Amino acid sequence: MSPPIPFYRNVRVLAWLAQVAFALGVVGLGWLLLTTMLGNLQRQGIPISFAFLPQPAGFGISEGLPFQPSQSYLTAFGVGVVNTLRAAVAGIILATLLGIGMGVARLSSNWLLERLATLYVETFRNVPLLLWLVFIYAAIRDTLPRLREGPALLWGTVLMSNRGIALAWLQTSATYSAFQPWLLAGIGAGLGVWGWMTYYRRGAASPRRALGRSLAVCVVLWASGFLWTWLTTHLPPVVWSVPRIEGFNYQGGMVLSPEFAALLFGLVVYTASFIAEIVRAGILAVPRGQREAARALGLSDRQTFVLVIFPQALRVIIPPLINQYLNLTKNSSLAIAVGYPDLFSIGLTINNQTGQAIPFVVMIMVTYLSMSLLISWVLNMLNRRLALKTG
Amino acid sequence: MLRRHVCLAVLSCTFLCTTIALAQSTLETVKSRGKLVCGVNTGLAGFATVGPDGKWHGFDVDYCRALAAAIFNDADKVEFRPLTAQARFTALQSKEIDVLSRNTTWTLSRDTSLGLNFSVILFYDGQGIMVPAKTQVKSAKNLDGATICVQSGTTTELNLADYFRRLQIKFTPVVFETIDQTYAAYDSGRCDAVTSDVSQLLAQKTTLKQPNDHVVLADVMSKEPLGPAVRHGDDQWLDMIKWVAFGLIQAEEFGVTSKNISSFTDSKDPNIRRFLGAEGGLGTMLGLSDDFMARVVRLVGNYGELFERHLQPLNLTRGVNALWTQGGMLYAPPFR
Repeated sequence: MSPPIPFYRNVRVLAWLAQVAFALGVVGLGWLLLTTMLGNLQRQGIPISFAFLPQPAGFGISEGLPFQPSQSYLTAFGVGVVNTLRAAVAGIILATLLGIGMGVARLSSNWLLERLATLYVETFRNVPLLLWLVFIYAAIRDTLPRLREGPALLWGTVLMSNRGIALAWLQTSATYSAFQPWLLAGIGAGLGVWGWMTYYRRGAASPRRALGRSLAVCVVLWASGFLWTWLTTHLPPVVWSVPRIEGFNYQGGMVLSPEFAALLFGLVVYTASFIAEIVRAGILAVPRGQREAARALGLSDRQTFVLVIFPQALRVIIPPLINQYLNLTKNSSLAIAVGYPDLFSIGLTINNQTGQAIPFVVMIMVTYLSMSLLISWVLNMLNRRLALKTG
Repeated sequence: MLRRHVCLAVLSCTFLCTTIALAQSTLETVKSRGKLVCGVNTGLAGFATVGPDGKWHGFDVDYCRALAAAIFNDADKVEFRPLTAQARFTALQSKEIDVLSRNTTWTLSRDTSLGLNFSVILFYDGQGIMVPAKTQVKSAKNLDGATICVQSGTTTELNLADYFRRLQIKFTPVVFETIDQTYAAYDSGRCDAVTSDVSQLLAQKTTLKQPNDHVVLADVMSKEPLGPAVRHGDDQWLDMIKWVAFGLIQAEEFGVTSKNISSFTDSKDPNIRRFLGAEGGLGTMLGLSDDFMARVVRLVGNYGELFERHLQPLNLTRGVNALWTQGGMLYAPPFR
């Protein structure tokens, strides 16, 4: 038995001591920074507090949910979050579609298509997004005609100008509140039918039939509710609203502002150029043997691509795709450069009016973090379902 | 292994020590740095613009140069930091700049919850609205349902909402980050009107494509007293910037200009002797040299000269920005 090793030479004890010392060092540094910051703020007379949140905001927001300046800062921030989500969700969907299209186009045997797709990818990838946004917004704003000189297309249902595009759209009328119970009943019944058929009577019907039955129930309830409210009140709950120019702006219909259009367009074409490269990499990663085997089995080119190549390519595509979706969501904070009131822009205004920089940063970080974690969680679930089942 | 850990610990300790800044007064920091760091506008005609020679010109710029002249006897020992309306207060709070001379309105919340100190009102302004002449709009009351371009993070945004709420009419704000974007959007027809301080409207009007096709309405929506701002917690620095500003006004009241200052060196008037530092020791009370105002007037000028140099070319009249002896609101406490 060897003599006992003194603790200052015992490797295991030393390693443990080093870890404790390091942990204390990190905690100590964090505590020091925090107290310095709080002390400085206290000395300047601006202590950290979230008490400003219920105060009336005092400023207006140009688009999104209806917002009055007398509503609170927290509500204003909420409107900003909804605006960001609008831009992010629409951007993700459109960028994916465009990116897949461009990625496949780059692999096409058609020389012109392949060259154009390459030109698109190289142009939009290599210029910073902020420059694209400013350029696209200036282009929309300066080249589209002014409000009263804008064209009216599609028999007057679409009006265009540099104030935005006004589309004829559905609008809720005064009797919508009577229709709302039917709306909720339809959704509830549909979900109930789907749940019952899928889980309770498991295996009794295919998923497609369950979906079909539940949708049918939902639609029947909605249609009967719509007709019932129309017949009893002589006013349909949802009416078709055609835009027109009245006073200073468009009245009626749905207006897509040039700010939102510029932000969406810029985000989509920029992110799609990255997604195109990811898709191309995924497709090229599928071993050539797969294509040959499919051809040997007699599958056509289109069948090969849809049934054999693309599902396998998806395994390589999805992890970097999650990155691009997160990038798009965070890049939507550049909306302030084009005047779109997203959550960062509204947060900056709140910070400027209240002077509470630390709460503002905390709120913004927590919001973006939650959105990013949610997106990556959903897509990781999809990734796991598509993974090769081994072992 | 152990030696590596010890080295790491020693290195991080020294790093920690250097990052703990020793508390120093602002005046000492500026003197040891050898130049003043001044926050100005990114580009506002008449107040802060960069000329083709790469140097800054403007009313707010000249105030900072006056401070530098008072401290260093050299009006060019200033570094100008262009700041957007969003970034200006954080820059001042975090000590990135020493003084904010950026057409900033003095309000209660800025004086308290933002941790700033305002001193002297160097420009009494108000908020107005500009519309294209061909819309035939005569007053803000006719702007029901209009779209109005406004800059983000300013009192303008809040006053606009308050004013239209009082008139009980609706409007849609379109909010931009910089002045250029705001006026470019207005000029292209994206908005029906643009709102800002009247001095800014008149200054920016000259940069529009057809300046004569636009008209600034007579509505004055709020009081906008503009002046320099500093941080809480440094009384000596606050006194210094306050009295240099008052000095500019007092110099005009005495009739001392950069051109005729040499004729005042032999003045028998005790007020002027105290003001220019020949007696009284006023500069030392502030932490500067006694002839600090003589330096300021000689190197930069008095208030009237600043106004004439930068703001009169924009067709701004003195109005309330005249001396109290001439019916305006500029009044400096006695230099004694």
